Amino acid sequence: MSNVSAATGQPLALAGEEGGPRPAPASMLDAARLVLLRDLKLAFRRRGQLVQPLAFFAMVTTLFPLAVSPELSRLREVAPGVLWVAALLASLLALEFLFRDDAHDGTLEQYSLSGQPLTWLMLAKTVTHWLLTGAPLALMAPLAALSLGAPGASLPGIVICVAVGTVALSLIGSIGAALTLGIRRSGVLLALLTLPLSLPVLIFGARATELAIRGAAYGAPLELLGAMAILGVTLAPLAAAAGVRISLE
Amino acid sequence: MPIQGLQAENLHLWRGERHVLDGVAFTLPPGFCLHVAGANGSGKTTLLRAVCGLLYSESGRVLWNGRDVSEDLAGFHSGLIYIGHEPPLKSDLSALENLRYWLGVRRRLGPTLLEAALQRVGAGAFRDRPVRTLSAGQKRRVALAALSLALVPLWLLDEPTTNLDAAGQQLVGTLIEEQLARGGLVLAATHQELPVARERVRRLELAVE
Repeated sequence: MSNVSAATGQPLALAGEEGGPRPAPASMLDAARLVLLRDLKLAFRRRGQLVQPLAFFAMVTTLFPLAVSPELSRLREVAPGVLWVAALLASLLALEFLFRDDAHDGTLEQYSLSGQPLTWLMLAKTVTHWLLTGAPLALMAPLAALSLGAPGASLPGIVICVAVGTVALSLIGSIGAALTLGIRRSGVLLALLTLPLSLPVLIFGARATELAIRGAAYGAPLELLGAMAILGVTLAPLAAAAGVRISLE
Repeated sequence: MPIQGLQAENLHLWRGERHVLDGVAFTLPPGFCLHVAGANGSGKTTLLRAVCGLLYSESGRVLWNGRDVSEDLAGFHSGLIYIGHEPPLKSDLSALENLRYWLGVRRRLGPTLLEAALQRVGAGAFRDRPVRTLSAGQKRRVALAALSLALVPLWLLDEPTTNLDAAGQQLVGTLIEEQLARGGLVLAATHQELPVARERVRRLELAVE
């Protein structure tokens, strides 16, 4: 990189004189890394947006024991449901910001004209979105689970379930976020599009968590969550890229 | 690969009831600039977006080096840069960071290259300030730095001189002339005069429907 200008000794000549050294084209991995770094940097410059879904998740899961009953056996029964409904809604809350700013300032336009596969860049964006919402939710899940009366032994299982489930949620959500780009006040429509598709994740996620809390084997529903996440990795970026292209028209 | 040029044949594009592009055609050999002129609403931006494939035209085709661009859209895209009338900059990132992420997706760019490009367009002094704090003209200069970094044969510029002071407009002219001198092509949509030597410019006048 720096050797490029060292070779010419004349950085200004880069303005493209023929014969001058040309920086190599970026590989797909370079491109994905830059998309990821850009989104991470932006997220940390605007922490409010980052914290909002997490605060929501924390509030719902800690208020529930206060409202329902302090009795552990009753709390434990509702814990999986509360945990997953809160996680689902929190990830939905974050979805609105996934592509919105990029659509406004022309970044998506530039991505689609970059010569890199838009599908791949969408996958990179969705991965970043998961790192910023799904992963923190998974890390917060043990705290929430404890306040809902889950035994300590079940916590690792709960973290894994939430981590895998939120991957699927982020991917499903990326389709909805891309499709509603052209629409103003898209929040409600986004929820209507995304929630039905997210129901399997909710059902199997809650089931796996329930088994984990009871100390039973939760492998089967967890594998189904994993299957949904993998299906999402292969299909959702394609759909999201198509949605973005339509919105650029 | 030698560049043979850009051609548009019989482009038709409707926006609802409006026939925005009505059989637009042009041929642009390497080393020439196409000045797309016309009143507000005559479809200058639409034409630029249709050429680079952001908009699909109902009929007609665009040829790059004699081949229909829809056959290899990614290849066509990696040879062009499009700058719309709002520079695609993130307001929370600095000028330097913006260029790094914007163009780094296309090419491996070291910090020296980025800095040199920013110096060239007179943006060196404010390269580390968040774009939010820059004036419209300063943002435009940052976007101009992208042109020399992309190193692509085809530039599509929508109103490249807006918000720029006299020196900035002259800079746009110089950048375009350099691009033409090395055999590149420029499509510039503007209703102002382009500060470029006339013999290198072809003019395409679009009419309001």
